[in-house]
Amino acid sequence: MTTHHTYDAVIVGAGGAGLRAALEASKDVKTCVISKLYPTRSHTGAAQGGMCAALGNVEEDYPEWHAFDTVKGGDYLVDQPAAILMSKEAVDAVIELEHWGFPFNRTPDGKIDQRRFGGHTRNHGEAAVKRACYAADRTGHMILQTLYQQCIRQDVRFFNEFYVLDLVASKEGRAAGVVAYELATGELHVFRAKSVLFATGGYGRMFKVTSNAHTLTGDGMAVCYRRGIPLQDMEMFQFHPTGIYKMGILLSEAVRGEGGIIINSEGERFMERYAPTVKDLAPRDMVSRAIYQEIKEGRGIDGKDYVFLDVRHLDPVVIETKLPDVTEFARIYLGVEPLTEPVPIQPTAHYGMGGLPTNTDGQVVGGARERPIPGLYAAGECACVSVHGANRLGTNSLLDIVVFGRRGGAHMAGYAKEADFAELPEEPERRTSGVLRGLLTGTGGDSVADIRAELQEQMFDLAGVVRREDGLRKMQGILGGLHDRYKRVVVMDKGKVYNTDLMEAVELGFLLDCADTLVAAALARDESRGAHYREDHPLRDDAHWLRHSLSYRQPDGTVKLEYKDVKMGPYVPMERKY
Amino acid sequence: MKPEPWWDEFTIEAEPTDRLLDALHYVKWYKDGTLALRRSCAHGICGSDAMLINGRNALACKVLVKEVAPKVTVEPIRGLPVLKDLIVDMEPFFEGYKAILPFLINADDPPDRERLQSPEDRARFDDTTKCILCAACTTSCPIFWGDEQYIGPAAIVNAHRFIFDSRDQGAEERLEILSDQSGVFRCRTTFNCTEACPRGIKVTKAIQEVKRAVMFRRF
Ligand SMILES: Cc1cc2nc3c(=O)[nH]c(=O)nc-3n(C[C@H](O)[C@H](O)[C@H](O)COP(=O)(O)OP(=O)(O)OC[C@H]3O[C@@H](n4cnc5c(N)ncnc54)[C@H](O)[C@@H]3O)c2cc1C
Ligand code: FES
Repeated sequence: MTTHHTYDAVIVGAGGAGLRAALEASKDVKTCVISKLYPTRSHTGAAQGGMCAALGNVEEDYPEWHAFDTVKGGDYLVDQPAAILMSKEAVDAVIELEHWGFPFNRTPDGKIDQRRFGGHTRNHGEAAVKRACYAADRTGHMILQTLYQQCIRQDVRFFNEFYVLDLVASKEGRAAGVVAYELATGELHVFRAKSVLFATGGYGRMFKVTSNAHTLTGDGMAVCYRRGIPLQDMEMFQFHPTGIYKMGILLSEAVRGEGGIIINSEGERFMERYAPTVKDLAPRDMVSRAIYQEIKEGRGIDGKDYVFLDVRHLDPVVIETKLPDVTEFARIYLGVEPLTEPVPIQPTAHYGMGGLPTNTDGQVVGGARERPIPGLYAAGECACVSVHGANRLGTNSLLDIVVFGRRGGAHMAGYAKEADFAELPEEPERRTSGVLRGLLTGTGGDSVADIRAELQEQMFDLAGVVRREDGLRKMQGILGGLHDRYKRVVVMDKGKVYNTDLMEAVELGFLLDCADTLVAAALARDESRGAHYREDHPLRDDAHWLRHSLSYRQPDGTVKLEYKDVKMGPYVPMERKY
Repeated sequence: MKPEPWWDEFTIEAEPTDRLLDALHYVKWYKDGTLALRRSCAHGICGSDAMLINGRNALACKVLVKEVAPKVTVEPIRGLPVLKDLIVDMEPFFEGYKAILPFLINADDPPDRERLQSPEDRARFDDTTKCILCAACTTSCPIFWGDEQYIGPAAIVNAHRFIFDSRDQGAEERLEILSDQSGVFRCRTTFNCTEACPRGIKVTKAIQEVKRAVMFRRF
């Protein structure tokens, strides 16, 4: 039995972006948030290091310097007006969080303290600057808590443990609502809405070694992609240099911000060779590639595929007070004592720069001409504004989610106030029930776990830190096979109550679709830019590739690529040296 | 009709350094897909997978196989209705949390910039900001098992987080709520909660501080 609901504004996802949007939209219109997790379980809570804003509390700093770093860090694939806007609004965004009770670390005179982070510099690259505002190494946890607390204060309506599985559009192509699956009961719900905002987070679980939660499976992106909406810049996936060896759990860049260094088997601080000015605080793509190179040249520890993160020279008080959580991760998961031993690390799949293309009001825009799709919005990691271009700077995502969460929430409320409800198609849940029935009746095929494991392993090897044409072609073939196997996948749990087995199968389907777009766009882009490094085309090629990719799903499941121009501004592309 | 609870036993191979969560995943993915549990982050930060592990509350993602091998029992956390396998109804828990007004209360117009707060004032409530609402503390508390009305340690921890924040003005209101029948004086200082907290929060200490604040209205 399907239950029907009606809200002016429906927000899908209760991480930082969804909650910030909800705070804005619910002020003006009848709003609900649908989330497959309890809000406080969202992966925003895992963010550690900080959220940047040019407050200038500790060192001289200006939003314009921040904008420049963002554009250069993104290897010029950033839409410059969006980056300029974000760095300006950053200051107010941080102050707003403080007024809502965010427990920032403080300077001796009581102001918000700030620390260094990769790629953030003073005066266009002179030296590292202290720009990241933080709460120890649990900044994301505090953002998630603070926003959720404000939602409680504002009495925002939540539907927790509801999985949104489809977008409903009207005949004339307006967003009309979503279809959701209630985990507790196995029932479907149709949410009719004037405006819908997706804030479903990332898709790092397509890789074997990742800092992302099990639940980060690209749901909102895949749902929209299947409904004909393109995904932008999917080839741009960031690998964070310091993941715990084999597990991928993140050890924040804040470790290096506080003075930690990376060393190879010879004990050499090798980043001095790759980025002489900022060294270990170079942007993530560069550090990850440097690690890859060191390992390739035989300087991994014991000849293996990892190097060391070293904080033994730091003041133990700094480590215990400013980096307590990551220190504990090393102790628990590696059995390593960071105060006295170096910590084994390797690059870990971390952040998808790509996503649903939006303008700076969070409206999802289709095609090269960027026409807004009426009533459809996206914000946070599942969106692509694009402020991160080809490589996101650390601390810019927590900023992104609050700045564009707010803007999206405000615009969707404004739209909902003016618009009527769009006509729902007949039986909007039909497609979803078909998909679920198909999964529940599959027989004789593979398990979700096997298909997923192969996807993750192959993607990590063939579409990871370093890519080549032959590898990507091979990956496309593998993906074709995985899709075939997925059609016959077997779900063991046939029940209705808390059938997480079924939902894992659905999530795997989303991951496979996102992987298709990533590989297709990476194969086409025969240059190297930011996180996308092609060993067979190691140079950046602005003449051909200073443009965003758009991946469209074809009826036969293949990917069609289109391109659109990058929005330029004051910053002229130059060689990216640090 | 509710079926009676039952035990299942599985034998699997695992690395000593695997998480117990990995082992449970192995069971779910390869042996019995109906096994239901909550999890997300897999490194102790989202608070999804609190369970009773060999009789003690902990997060499955923060316990390594070598700590519990060769045989481990897992059960749902106690004192909340079991919905399926390791999944309990979290609503009563979150109701307790909401009851203590878990948000900054300050009626003054905020300044243009940040409110100032000294590092010492900030340190005063640092410990209780770490709470991830996993319910390990609350569901390890014998008073909570016996008395549905008791608001429980997690709610008090979160009250502490605001009562001792120099920027907050809602302490009176919260202390009123906590001095109530179901409030902080139900605590009998058994320390189960402090042992159970996967974030190392000194829960009993926080509760004692709140008790003192209720008695002397000093914070
Ligand atoms: C370990 C780690 C550390 C990080 N550290 C930093 C940092 O220091 N600074 C920084 O700026 N950035 C950091 N990042 C990046 C940043 O944290 C994330 O990009 C950001 O928090 C994403 O927020 P979000 O709101 O878009 O998504 P999330 O917080 O991931 O939330 C996604 C939400 O969508 C919901 N959802 C998903 N699918 C569905 C569905 N089908 N139906 C219903 N709901 C659904 C989920 O329940 C969840 O509520 C870090 C990331 C990681 C992984
Ligand atoms: S899975 Fe997040 S706390 Fe264990």
